[in-house]
Amino acid sequence: MSTGVADHETKHDLPARPPELAMHFDNMHQQFHSGKLGMWLFLGQELLFFCGLFTAYAVYRGNHQEMFHYVHYFLDWKLGAVNTVVLLVSSLTAAWSVRAAMLEQRKVLIFTLLATFICAGIFMVVKYFEYTHKLHIGAVWGGGFNVADADLPAELVAKYPDMTGAKLKEMGAGSFFAIYFCMTGLHGLHVLVGMGLYIWLLVRALKGDFNRRWYGAVDNVALYWHIVDIIWIFLFPMLYLIG
Amino acid sequence: MAGGVVEKPAAHDKPRKHYLNHVKTFGSWLVTLDHKRIAMMYLCAVSFALLLGGVFALALRTVLWNGTPADPETSILGATMEQFYNKMFTLHGAVMVFLFIIPGIPAALGNFILPMQLGAKDLALPRINLLSWYLYVMGLVLFVCVLVLGGLDTGWTLYPPYSMGGGSQSQHVWHSLVLAYMAVFILGFSSILTGLNFIVTMHKLRPPGMGMYDMPLFLWALYATSLIQVLATPVVGITLGLSLIEHMFHVGIFLPQYGGDPVMYQHFFWFYSHPAVYIMILPAMGVQSEIMGTFSRKHIFGYKAIAWSSIAIAAIGFIVWGHHMFVSGQSPTAGIIFSFLTYLVAIPSAIKVFNWVATMYKGSIDLKTPMIYGLNFIYLFGIGGLTGLFLASISNNVHLHDTYFVIAHFHMVMVGSTVNAFLGGVHLWWPKMTGRMYNETLGRIGAILVFVGFNLAFMPQFVSGTRGMPRRYANYLEEFTTFHQASTVGAYILGAGIGLQVLYLLYSLFKGKKAPDNPWGAASLEWQSESPPDFHNFTKPPIMMGAYDYENWEYESEEAGWKLKPEVIETRKTLSKVH
Ligand code: HEM
Ligand SMILES: [Cu+2]
Repeated sequence: MSTGVADHETKHDLPARPPELAMHFDNMHQQFHSGKLGMWLFLGQELLFFCGLFTAYAVYRGNHQEMFHYVHYFLDWKLGAVNTVVLLVSSLTAAWSVRAAMLEQRKVLIFTLLATFICAGIFMVVKYFEYTHKLHIGAVWGGGFNVADADLPAELVAKYPDMTGAKLKEMGAGSFFAIYFCMTGLHGLHVLVGMGLYIWLLVRALKGDFNRRWYGAVDNVALYWHIVDIIWIFLFPMLYLIG
Repeated sequence: MAGGVVEKPAAHDKPRKHYLNHVKTFGSWLVTLDHKRIAMMYLCAVSFALLLGGVFALALRTVLWNGTPADPETSILGATMEQFYNKMFTLHGAVMVFLFIIPGIPAALGNFILPMQLGAKDLALPRINLLSWYLYVMGLVLFVCVLVLGGLDTGWTLYPPYSMGGGSQSQHVWHSLVLAYMAVFILGFSSILTGLNFIVTMHKLRPPGMGMYDMPLFLWALYATSLIQVLATPVVGITLGLSLIEHMFHVGIFLPQYGGDPVMYQHFFWFYSHPAVYIMILPAMGVQSEIMGTFSRKHIFGYKAIAWSSIAIAAIGFIVWGHHMFVSGQSPTAGIIFSFLTYLVAIPSAIKVFNWVATMYKGSIDLKTPMIYGLNFIYLFGIGGLTGLFLASISNNVHLHDTYFVIAHFHMVMVGSTVNAFLGGVHLWWPKMTGRMYNETLGRIGAILVFVGFNLAFMPQFVSGTRGMPRRYANYLEEFTTFHQASTVGAYILGAGIGLQVLYLLYSLFKGKKAPDNPWGAASLEWQSESPPDFHNFTKPPIMMGAYDYENWEYESEEAGWKLKPEVIETRKTLSKVH
């Protein structure tokens, strides 16, 4: 603890307190599991945070079933699939990094942390191209939705030759993109936060902060990273694969 | 000091070191990880919010003295009477709800007391605690900015389409709304982190030998509260996040003119805000349980019933939000289900009330200040809870919705119960937190003023509400004049009661008598620490015993307070894990 007067401590405490152990815990086990329970509760909180968006999605999809079907052609399922694979790989490396930290395999740890970070980066780059394309052709939220007929996705035109941008706008395509941008945007923010956390872990790993007694941070960030992945696993079919 | 043995080593020559004076720099407060110091900073901040909200309340009650402004041109602070009134009730509601009553008991009193009642040195996650405090400060600052910008007039519920860049809004209201959405969003996260920390602490720092059923009921109440904070608050977070996006970019989530659904906003908002009313009341019920036992000098009656009814209230609280929307166009089937479920909430609430009354039965009741607040609580919560049932029946609700009846109902529970319990708790733990005794006579006078003022302010509103006086109007018909003027007088008396407390509590900090370690003969572990506690909370491992085993303590004198009986000290085990 950083604030303390240490005089009480020195008199009473056993000499064997590990330096990583905060003053209010009895042992490393208690400290580790406190952090972990805290992280699980935080993840529960995250799920409910996204729940609002999932509910909004359900409401709007229920109200605009056809429109959702037409508009989903704007999303390229191939790019979505690439991102899904990238995130799944990053989940593997994240889990691996925990193991490496526990076993004190320093090189493996650094490699897996870096790999997780890079996967997250690839995900964001793909998202960047998806976003800019949509903004470019005017496939955006609310009343701003204005797509020229020439910019309609080829697959959509092939299936429904008399579909026009104006018709989509009238059906409320703006609502789809409102949901789309909110959900993927919030998810993307979580990915960015995750990237920040992995840089932080990387720096600490390079300094050699983690060992078999003290790897809670790696474990908890990996838990966070898994929830970010799981949310994407739901977003992908809900947005890209509406048949 | 743990109990009777008086052996303060070298206490005579220099003042004892405790959490307030072991380091004194301002900076040491800013970065402190000590739950007691964070709690004290919270206590100052929420009290400030209470006073600020109180000023708004008095302002709006003053406007309501006259049914129609004598001179329609009258302007206050550059606004017409009506505009001023709209801003006052909005700011009053928002400040009281988000800045005072939600963080109030958990973050200020709970933060201080929870680890001590477990015999622990701190909350499990002290850094998260500090983060939660700074998020709260950010929210507070943003609200002050809203004020400086000229305030809001949307009501605390921020319903679209009037808010969110809907109606005809001036630029400053637009900016204020941006800040208000951000503020509530941030305050939400502060609240989530507090709840998360409490749950972890109760699970992981509860000492061996203390089961869940050995915890004081205050902790059960905080546990139930924390569950709601963690599970409901994120929903209001996302709602206000979306509102902010809607407000700035018109994406079409909540605003009908862009394809959004304003009723969905109401569902989202109440999905949080109904459970939030239990975030307000549950910790208050916890304080109430401690007060009832201590000042009846009798083991709390129905421990398990009280404990589980807290959990039941939290659980049922999640599925009743639709009772705020009976007239919003929700389907009749949904209405009937929500009405039925709402009735259910009354059961665990009533269980608690019966148990408190049973605790007092044949107890030796000591009418100290906290106990007077405790009695206020029982009486006013009874009325508040029962009028909730009136509102829960759909046909009544169609008539009573958006009238003063609703205002009176929720003030009975929020002010009559939660604010009373907050004040009762502050008085109960004041000696422990500050090491000083407040003036008991003034304390009792204050409590009685609060009771009288409160009843005068809100009882008439039940009547005017049933006669059709709508809420949130600056004007009213002739026939409502008496009711409104009584309310205004009552509000000022209530204000005087609280003002008096501020004065004598501040005075006690400098001139108050030194508090004994246990001035009330209460039995939970925090009373075995010194007043004010050591930086590490306990200088000696506390003796393990039931939180309501008052027979273990005996009265010594006013200066020395209550001491543990020698045979208890000899025969009981200490909490060896401390230190
Ligand atoms: C016995 C349990 C309770 C029942 C059955 C109950 C029922 C209700 C109902 C049906 C309404 C909706 C009235 C309307 O707008 O038409 C309502 C409003 C309200 N209740 Fe309760 N209530 C209970 C306890 C509480 C408690 C403990 C609190 C807070 C500490 C509370 C705070 C509120 C608030 C703030 C509102 C109005 C919010 C607004 O529209 O601004 N209630 N209650
Ligand atoms: Cu409610």
